[in-house]
Amino acid sequence: MRRTRAAAASAVTVSLLAAVTACGGGSSTDGGSNDSPKTLTYWASNQGPSIEADKKILTPELKKFEKDTGIKVKLEVIPWSDLLNRILAAATSGQGPDVLNIGNTWSASLQATGALLPWDAKNFDKIGGKDRFVGSALGSAGATGSDPAAVPLYSMAYALYYNKKMFADAGISGPPATWDDLVADGKKISKDGKWALAAEGSNPSENIHHVFVLGKQHGADFFDADGKPDFTSDGAVAAVKQYVDLMGKDKVVAPGNAEYAQNQSLQDFAKDKTAMVLWQTAATTLKSHGMSDDEWGVAPVPVQSGGPGSGTAVNSMVAGINLAVFKNTDNIDGSLKFVKFMTSDAEQKTLNKTYGSIPPVTAAQEDPAFNTPALKVIRDTLAKSAAPLPQVPNESQFETAVGTAVKDLFADAAAGRPVTTASVKEKLSEAQQQMPKK
Amino acid sequence: MTVTAQPAVGEEALPGATGPTPRRRTGRVRRIALPYLLLLPALLLELLVHLVPMVIGIVMSFKELTQFYIRDWGAAPWAGFDNYSLSVDFDAPVGEALLHSFFVTCAFTVLSVGLCWLLGTVAAVYMQETFRGRGFLRAIFLIPYALPVYAAVITWAFMFQRDNGLVNHVLHDQLGLTDSPSFWLIGDNSFVTLLVVSVWKGWPFAFLIVMAGLQNIPKELYEAAAIDGAGMLQQIRRITLPSLRPVNQVLVLVLFLWTFNDFNTPYVLFGKAAPEAADLISIHIYQSSFVTWNFGTGSAMSVLLLLFLLVVTGVYLILTSRGRRAADV
Repeated sequence: MRRTRAAAASAVTVSLLAAVTACGGGSSTDGGSNDSPKTLTYWASNQGPSIEADKKILTPELKKFEKDTGIKVKLEVIPWSDLLNRILAAATSGQGPDVLNIGNTWSASLQATGALLPWDAKNFDKIGGKDRFVGSALGSAGATGSDPAAVPLYSMAYALYYNKKMFADAGISGPPATWDDLVADGKKISKDGKWALAAEGSNPSENIHHVFVLGKQHGADFFDADGKPDFTSDGAVAAVKQYVDLMGKDKVVAPGNAEYAQNQSLQDFAKDKTAMVLWQTAATTLKSHGMSDDEWGVAPVPVQSGGPGSGTAVNSMVAGINLAVFKNTDNIDGSLKFVKFMTSDAEQKTLNKTYGSIPPVTAAQEDPAFNTPALKVIRDTLAKSAAPLPQVPNESQFETAVGTAVKDLFADAAAGRPVTTASVKEKLSEAQQQMPKK
Repeated sequence: MTVTAQPAVGEEALPGATGPTPRRRTGRVRRIALPYLLLLPALLLELLVHLVPMVIGIVMSFKELTQFYIRDWGAAPWAGFDNYSLSVDFDAPVGEALLHSFFVTCAFTVLSVGLCWLLGTVAAVYMQETFRGRGFLRAIFLIPYALPVYAAVITWAFMFQRDNGLVNHVLHDQLGLTDSPSFWLIGDNSFVTLLVVSVWKGWPFAFLIVMAGLQNIPKELYEAAAIDGAGMLQQIRRITLPSLRPVNQVLVLVLFLWTFNDFNTPYVLFGKAAPEAADLISIHIYQSSFVTWNFGTGSAMSVLLLLFLLVVTGVYLILTSRGRRAADV
């Protein structure tokens, strides 16, 4: 019997090893093929009020493409909570869509996986050239100095939305232009259960977007020129402290906001509980909460002093969605045709109008639909005073580490514990040490 | 895999087959080989479903598997024990955070399993008496166990919201127990939140198993004890608990493993970044691998967790079986 066991054990080992080597890693083929030229799979991110709404919006457009080219596009709209995991799984297994939407802040991280088709001059020529796109949007499509990993599809920027009725009730004539103004106005508004500004304190990504901009305003970048994390510079600490102080010290943000992560801010805004939100495109959601367009106004996000511009007067990240082609596609020509279609002037106008975003294609921006007061603020911000988040491979780790640190600091502030320069610096230092060494 | 496994099964029997006639020989081969042949499909599936992923996980833990290599992870450089030394360097933030998470998980598991068992046993003992509405109560008690985890926990998350949640409405607005509404989903209270939801979710299972165990205790024992003058507490201590011993041994082990590895509850309550006070090890590992794209370190942590659970389970089984043998004598 002992021999039996030994033999069985070795059989198990052998088959295990066989299985392990067989499963070792995804495919390593480079570039796509044209094995199935008549179909495409497209993963769209959730841009509208719901997945169903997105399907309704996109399906007629995809039909147009099918009519033009004879290529049938299989659409899957993927919720934000799943999108990155799905892309990672696709990159690992080599089994993915042909064309996909990515959040533009992930561009450099996903570029590093090598799963996305690089947009060199040849590929850009096939969709009408690189210079059709707005520069800042292209700056958020991959690491500086390398071919972009995607092309911009929808552009957005942050703006300050303010509740006109609450401003009038507090006797404030117009939106604040600087943070000092915002705090001064905020103190007039924040009483009797009403609050001046909203924050999504438990949402790490949202925290990062604001802290990054405040960092710029304090002359700090979270990564140095070599792409190494630099979270504990004086400017970075001041930026994080300023953001959290809006709740802790200035008391213009409701403590309850420390646990917000599901866009509760917009509900409070629509219910006249909070007077201001810093948001990208809030119009559709505000309408769905029963607020009509003339009840709110839009202004640029405040700066430290003066007006928005470049350098320390930056007041938004370059937000948006990029369109990427999966390197393992089996319909490379069709994929490029599809990207060309989606970034054509006509489609850009239609889709961006529907989603309330700004086209990253210069020619499409001329349409008067993008000249409403609200969109004009966002367009100007994108053109003049928006900066891309750090385009480094470790960007997603940065969002997690620093975004969570800010979340913890908000929890401290909400519980009435002091948030000091020292405590902020300690948190950021811990975050930095969690970043990968290589 | 079938090809490699099958000859081994046939082979082993040959040298052992010393019978004089070929007929006896083949008969013996058959007799010895048959159980293995019958086991083979199950064994292969077991390999495929359990062992292969585990072995791949162990291999991954020795690689530097970051986003640069996930597309072709065969090409990822070997990291030796780097991932492990990073995880167990308790003076550095990564190791310190893992150790903290480990202690939180231990405290959470002990409290949760203890409370689940206590509640389940007490309820099961009371439900032994026949009374009006017993079936109804039993059904009510089992509801948390029957609900889909996600739906149940997200409801709790709504109830624990600070500004609009039911919990603060009762504790603060109606009973006035707190000076100001408390946070339950961030900060230190999140541990209590996690414990409450976990016990709520877990105790019906203990109740169910103990109830089944109680059915097997002969009524005569209680009758005899009652005649001898034993009270309710005496009966529980001298009859119920010793008779439940084998059931409890399995129950506690299973509850321990489930609770220690629980991922859904903290993930649905707190999202991707759990507060420090409720940073359970499963969610910590998820964050270390999926959120930060460092699958090598995440795998190393998983392997450490696996080893820990193996040791605990092994020691537990040895101790309890020794106890059982002693009791049998």
